[in-house]
Amino acid sequence: MPSSGANSLRNGPDEDGRFGIFGGRYVAETLMPLIRDLEAEYTAAKNDPAFIAEMADLRTHYAGRPSPLYFAQRLTEHLGGAKVYLKREELNHTGSHKINNTLGQILLAKRMGKTRIIAETGAGQHGVATATVCAKFNLPCVVFMGATDVERQWPNVLRMRMLGAEVRPVTAGAGTLKDAMNEALRDWVTNVDTTYYLIGTAAGPHPYPMMVRDFQKIIGEEIRTQMLEAEGKLPDALVACVGGGSNAIGTFYDFLDEPSVKIYGAEAGGHGIDVENGHAASMTGGRPGVLHGNRTYLLQDADGQILEGHSISAGLDYPGVGPEHSFLHDTKRVNYVPITDKEALEAFQLLTRIEGIIPALESAHGLAQVLKLAPTMKADETIVLCLSGRGDKDVESVGRYLGMNQ
Amino acid sequence: MSTRFTDRFAACAQQNRPALGIFTMAGDPDYETGAAILKALPGAGADFIELGMPFSDPMADGPGVQTAGQRALAAGQTLNKTLAMVAEFRKTDQDTPLLLMGYYNPIYIHGVDAFIKDALAAGVDGLIVVDLPPEEDEEFCIPALKAGLNFIRLATPTTDDKRLPVVLKNTSGFVYYVSMTGITGAAIKSHAAVGEAVKRIKTHTDLPVAVGFGIKTADDAALIGRDADGVVVGTAICNAVLGSLVDGKATPGTVAAVTTLVSGLASGVRRARS
Repeated sequence: MPSSGANSLRNGPDEDGRFGIFGGRYVAETLMPLIRDLEAEYTAAKNDPAFIAEMADLRTHYAGRPSPLYFAQRLTEHLGGAKVYLKREELNHTGSHKINNTLGQILLAKRMGKTRIIAETGAGQHGVATATVCAKFNLPCVVFMGATDVERQWPNVLRMRMLGAEVRPVTAGAGTLKDAMNEALRDWVTNVDTTYYLIGTAAGPHPYPMMVRDFQKIIGEEIRTQMLEAEGKLPDALVACVGGGSNAIGTFYDFLDEPSVKIYGAEAGGHGIDVENGHAASMTGGRPGVLHGNRTYLLQDADGQILEGHSISAGLDYPGVGPEHSFLHDTKRVNYVPITDKEALEAFQLLTRIEGIIPALESAHGLAQVLKLAPTMKADETIVLCLSGRGDKDVESVGRYLGMNQ
Repeated sequence: MSTRFTDRFAACAQQNRPALGIFTMAGDPDYETGAAILKALPGAGADFIELGMPFSDPMADGPGVQTAGQRALAAGQTLNKTLAMVAEFRKTDQDTPLLLMGYYNPIYIHGVDAFIKDALAAGVDGLIVVDLPPEEDEEFCIPALKAGLNFIRLATPTTDDKRLPVVLKNTSGFVYYVSMTGITGAAIKSHAAVGEAVKRIKTHTDLPVAVGFGIKTADDAALIGRDADGVVVGTAICNAVLGSLVDGKATPGTVAAVTTLVSGLASGVRRARS
């Protein structure tokens, strides 16, 4: 088991929701009583045997956990270095890791007596996972989605609607994830009595970053068990893509106090980190600020106005990142690297062709980092990539980029 | 400690009427016009001024204030220009209380200490920072209070009697009661409930209580001003600016559109208790 104690990197957040200087509760007063209630409810729930048992049952029989750890033999041979394993989160029900979190939060919403669910979504993976649990638990669901994202992730919009959710396109700003989150917060302030805001990433005001991490950390815990079974040792490197960073923190958390495990987060490098407003790599290309309830690395101008950013991947197209990642960046425990649109597209095609697995464009960013890393490592070393989502939602937009016509 | 807010609320109370607070977005639709609007507000009947600091992501604001901020930013407004606008205003007006209202990130990026120093030098009396609840007082509220600025807190319908003392603890100048759970520019559902809430807050504090969000007309101002020590109008002002624009640009009627509205609201507060 990982070590603990005062020097552990797994002690955050403190009682004010801080990971070092990051995190906190920067929200309008209207929302404060509610997020304090939520914190109390979550603390009670996570120690409640009934809640724990219900989560375990849902994970096994509804989400399909544990997700497999797959040795990608052809990819490994192609790269000629470390053995590459894929943690198959894309095989979960709804096609991504997002269901891990929505199952936990919908149970909390029920405990709190809330009768309406709202969510923001970028790629639509979280929107689909939210619409899914709302269908199962019979709660009305409104999903805010940037108008640009509605267009580029159309299959997921259809899925959400079929599941009974209302999808509200947001036209403000660039019509991407940031704008969807603003609009969800406005709805929440307005309907605070009835409504539960089911945040999809490990960001936002405390307790969300902690809570979402806790619901996602099963990814890393399973990787530990599965790697010990497969290789008899821990992985030498872990890789995950980072937008808000929920699959990444879920993958990393169990290994933070294992110094032998190198950890990499792939940020959206877009058109390139040197292109102004042309990427969404908030840690590589931003600086600390306050937005959406937390202090974290943000893309912003000299006057503190938030920039829109850009990524080919709707799920990574966000100018901020979860506060725990900002902390892990500053402490240098995790190495965050930018991956360009082009690199992600190449990785997407490679995995599809040689392993028969179509990855989400988000996960393809992590994969692109694996493509760089594996050849530099020895054949007896191992890398685990969190394959956070499947790419069915992306086939239309990737087809367009590749010039595939009817 | 600045006393402009204290003095102004006391003077209005002496006239047995609520104070009229006017929110305007700094630099909307451009710096020159925004400065002219600011300068004209006291003469039109504004008792105190809330000057909005535009922000790219105003999470508590409805479309009226959102688009005003976007117009200002598109015209090149910055935090330094907003502070310069206050300094310019103070050259001709030493009495009207003025607070800056906005979100924390631009202040954080300016630097907390530098911002407090610059705001005081410009002649700012108080601050409302929407996304800084009492839980985050240490880093900005306390230093601002120590330096002599008023820190005005928002109390809302969700701020119950248990939480109210937490909200009031480091509040000075006045208390801003948000009339509804919602964003700026939405409609007040029950005027009676707002009155009750104001009375409830006044059992916890001696500070004046002003009400904002959803007050659009002279009648609204008169109705809410029966119980409240002040009323604040913002979205209606932003919409008046918008209505005066041609192709997104200021016209000779822009300042007058605002002052006409403010004069009407000023008559509303003067008949609130008659």
